[in-house]
Amino acid sequence: MKKAPSGLKYAASHEWVRDEGDGTATIGISEHAQESLGDVVYVELPQLGMSVVAGEETGVVESVKAASDIYAPISGEVIAVNALLEDEPEIVNGSPYDSGWFFRVKISDPTELHNLMDTEEYESLAAAD
Amino acid sequence: MNQNNSNTLKATPLKDLHLQLDARMVPFAGYEMPVQYPSGVKKEHLHTRQHAGLFDVSHMGQIIITGKGVAKALETLIPVELESLGVNKQTYALLTNDHGGILDDLMITRWSEDCFFLVVNAGCKDRDLKYLRDNLDGFNIDHMENQGLLALQGPAAEQVIKDLAPESQEMLFMSGSRVNLAGIDCYITRSGYTGEDGFEISAPPEFSEPLARKLLSYERVRAAGLGARDSLRLEAGLCLYGHDIDAQTTPIQASLLWSISKSRRSDGEKSGGFPGAEIIFQETMHGPTRKRVGLKVEGRAPVREGAELVNKKNEVIGIVTSGGFGPTLDAPLAMGYVKTEYSKIGTEFGAIVRGKVHPVFVQKMPFVPNRYYRG
Repeated sequence: MKKAPSGLKYAASHEWVRDEGDGTATIGISEHAQESLGDVVYVELPQLGMSVVAGEETGVVESVKAASDIYAPISGEVIAVNALLEDEPEIVNGSPYDSGWFFRVKISDPTELHNLMDTEEYESLAAAD
Repeated sequence: MNQNNSNTLKATPLKDLHLQLDARMVPFAGYEMPVQYPSGVKKEHLHTRQHAGLFDVSHMGQIIITGKGVAKALETLIPVELESLGVNKQTYALLTNDHGGILDDLMITRWSEDCFFLVVNAGCKDRDLKYLRDNLDGFNIDHMENQGLLALQGPAAEQVIKDLAPESQEMLFMSGSRVNLAGIDCYITRSGYTGEDGFEISAPPEFSEPLARKLLSYERVRAAGLGARDSLRLEAGLCLYGHDIDAQTTPIQASLLWSISKSRRSDGEKSGGFPGAEIIFQETMHGPTRKRVGLKVEGRAPVREGAELVNKKNEVIGIVTSGGFGPTLDAPLAMGYVKTEYSKIGTEFGAIVRGKVHPVFVQKMPFVPNRYYRG
């Protein structure tokens, strides 16, 4: 399995968050998540301008076989979504940390970032999964 | 206690091979089965359509029924013409109940005048065996419990079988033959559950794994799991028992009238004489209230089993019984039941996915043309 890039934060529900340092954060799903989902065929993203709440369902990722919910790892207003996923959802499998990102939020409560796991913690959780 | 604990699950003769191939194993019908290998469902699916996939279907029930007059006896349970079915010819059939519902769907091959080979669904096999034993008094019913069953499916399958059994006669779709494959005595039928040309190979337990390895040694053959098997059969428009058909569904509602032999229909020379015949004939005459249809789904979002189907007035007119994504179609697809007035090809209505209505159209099945070898 590919190693996760450092500097990311993770939720136990397998989403990652990258703090962009300008009050915004980018969100996607982990290598471990894409691996266990299998071939991604459809991603339903939150709408631009929508407020998402940490721990709540904000989208769906579907593989050939099943649908899985995406949870917002932190709260905020959605300021960008990855339009590439509409036509090429399979990039989630090929590049989960890079071109396969899901959406970006304007962070509403930066302290929520402290509730998330660092790479090391997350990798031991994923390994036990 | 977890009922799906792997300790309580049965294993097929190929379990070690699956683990060695790094398959993701899941509980299915009481067995530990490979849902996919590391290449993934989509690649396994596409590889099967382009070359050949090897599926372990040893969890299915393999039953041999023998005895004088067995064809006539089986006809009392199954609405197909068996008396005139040739030796080594195969037919798809339904076991019906007294209400015209479907107890199971199965493949029947005649091995000799007084011997038939049945392949039944894994989840139904215990009940089927009891039902057959209760209703076929005086016949020998042998469940080949640990026998391996391998499905080699796809356009490259023929070449592989020819290579392993050069002396074997040419076989057409829905026929069978006893052959020696790589030194192993097998019974093969030219049939399957993918819509492709291919074979199902019944092999003794101890030789199933060596045979599977031999088949996988061909460059064009790759292992494929239950995930690909499901997406392939859905594209082929084939029913999955317990989902698209069940004891509450009649063959007429399921659009499976074709599976009832002409001689056994209301106007046939051997009309009726199977469970639920009167109900099925009435329904044929008056039309069913609901019908199984194929659904073309607009957009990219898959519509899954259980999704409600609604008309323009938002009234529920049906339900999806199988749905997913078709790698060959590169689009979502589904099948389900709708009120008969909505079953015409091209009819548009909606499917509810996560509270939103997605347009769907009734489409003729199979979704992907089948490529059975008919000579």
